[in-house]
Amino acid sequence: MAEILALDEAVSLLVHDGDCVALEGFTHLIPFAAGHEIIRQGRRDLTLVRLTPDLILDQLIGMGCARKLIFSWGGNPGVGSLHRFRDAVENAWPQPLEVEEHSHAGLANRYVAGASSLPFAVLRGYTGTDLARSSSQVAEIVCPFTGEKLSAVPALNPDVSIIHAQRADQEGNVQMWGITGVQKEAVLAATRSLVTVEEIVERLEPHPGAVVLPDWVVTAVSLVPGGSYPSYATDYSKRDNDFYQAWDAISRDRATFTAWMHDHVTERSERV
Amino acid sequence: MRSSPHAIDDEPVEFTTDEVMTVAAARELRNGATCFVGIGLPSTAANLARMLHAPRLVLIYESGTIGAKPRKLPLSIGDGELADTADVVVSVPEIFNYWLQGGRIDVGMLGAAQIDRFANLNSTVIGSYDAPRVRLPGAGGAPEIATSCGEIIIVIRQTNRTFVEEVDFVTSVGHGKGHGDRERFGMPGKGPTLVVTDLGLLRPDPETCELVLTHLHPGVSRDEAISATGWPLRFAPDVRQTSAPTREELVLLRELHGTRGVDG
Repeated sequence: MAEILALDEAVSLLVHDGDCVALEGFTHLIPFAAGHEIIRQGRRDLTLVRLTPDLILDQLIGMGCARKLIFSWGGNPGVGSLHRFRDAVENAWPQPLEVEEHSHAGLANRYVAGASSLPFAVLRGYTGTDLARSSSQVAEIVCPFTGEKLSAVPALNPDVSIIHAQRADQEGNVQMWGITGVQKEAVLAATRSLVTVEEIVERLEPHPGAVVLPDWVVTAVSLVPGGSYPSYATDYSKRDNDFYQAWDAISRDRATFTAWMHDHVTERSERV
Repeated sequence: MRSSPHAIDDEPVEFTTDEVMTVAAARELRNGATCFVGIGLPSTAANLARMLHAPRLVLIYESGTIGAKPRKLPLSIGDGELADTADVVVSVPEIFNYWLQGGRIDVGMLGAAQIDRFANLNSTVIGSYDAPRVRLPGAGGAPEIATSCGEIIIVIRQTNRTFVEEVDFVTSVGHGKGHGDRERFGMPGKGPTLVVTDLGLLRPDPETCELVLTHLHPGVSRDEAISATGWPLRFAPDVRQTSAPTREELVLLRELHGTRGVDG
């Protein structure tokens, strides 16, 4: 059974300096509040994993929490650059950032292998690209049955995976729907997991297309209504597209960014 | 704005270079095809095609939304509008493994920061990989879209900075170093069959796979295309002119963008 914990307790218990931390949610259900709590608790030297770093990893990187980033598409969707990510890669600000990059298919399959307890996953991709040439995490493999040349990527098993979902019950069974990305794989691949939810209900009613994570694969659940803002939770909130656009100006300048983070994250508690 | 002297309905209609690119790409999408679309201009073109000649075009976004029918253009690949209007929403591993790699998608549309004469694409870095001058967003779904879709339409502005002799980083393979490379790499799809730019259309030569300019947009000269290309550009024997966006195309396109009318 998953423990129901306040967000600050859950992060303090589950996320340690130096950990490999996946925060997943594909545009939808991004665990912003949990990311902010990691920033407030001043975690350092993290290896952060997300297919699409999005604003939340831009913030964690800019606040100096990350030593390494594993990702597959690092932009502000529909807007442009992630300026803190770029500043870290181009100018090592606030500190150098080691980068390991994949395609979406490659990184998604790394989670699949991790969840499957296999050492690697196989896909038809990467061939002929500089992604394969520049990374030690992509290797050519020959099918033992057909002789076809394919690509292998190693399993990814984060120390902790963090996601946001619509609902949990008192036992910590989790239910999410809409675009559910790689969250199931990320949780099943990880040693520990934290799920922030919009609502804790007496009983989970079936929902079309829902993904359910039984309480015995979830370490902790925290009640954080609006915990995915400015991302969104289908049937609970809308994506704040205006904020995504505003982030471009906020994050472009180091001082403006730092002041914004101070006012909106470090000096604010999201404890419920 | 480029003023077109060839517009229908008596008076010329003004259109932007983005509009001429979007319309040209939309016209290429066949009704009933399954189409893997990225956000931005490709998504706009696919939705325009759906409103014009291809109501049964199946739009697939990498967020896992299959058969999305958005009523307004999404800002991001994972907007709720896409999930709410989709036939089915699947996970990210599933969209790439079962649907894309499974060979179920006819056409993919890609953009990039750089393209070379064999339509290889860079969306990773400008400069060296280890000390990039500009760090770009990276691969996303592009490398496997380029591998496994039946064919690829590339939409990209044509300038000296984008049409380069050699891309700084091969994020997605077009035709490699020429004819036969895709087969050698074991890539099931045909690769890029069309490049739509703000100046015209290019297609790979069937023998060599080098991009050849086949169409110029209204008002664009050969010299403009030559000077916007970082390699000696080849022209088809009979270069044609693309027809200017029609009033209907522009009205629908501007409705999609939430700006009505063709005169303002």
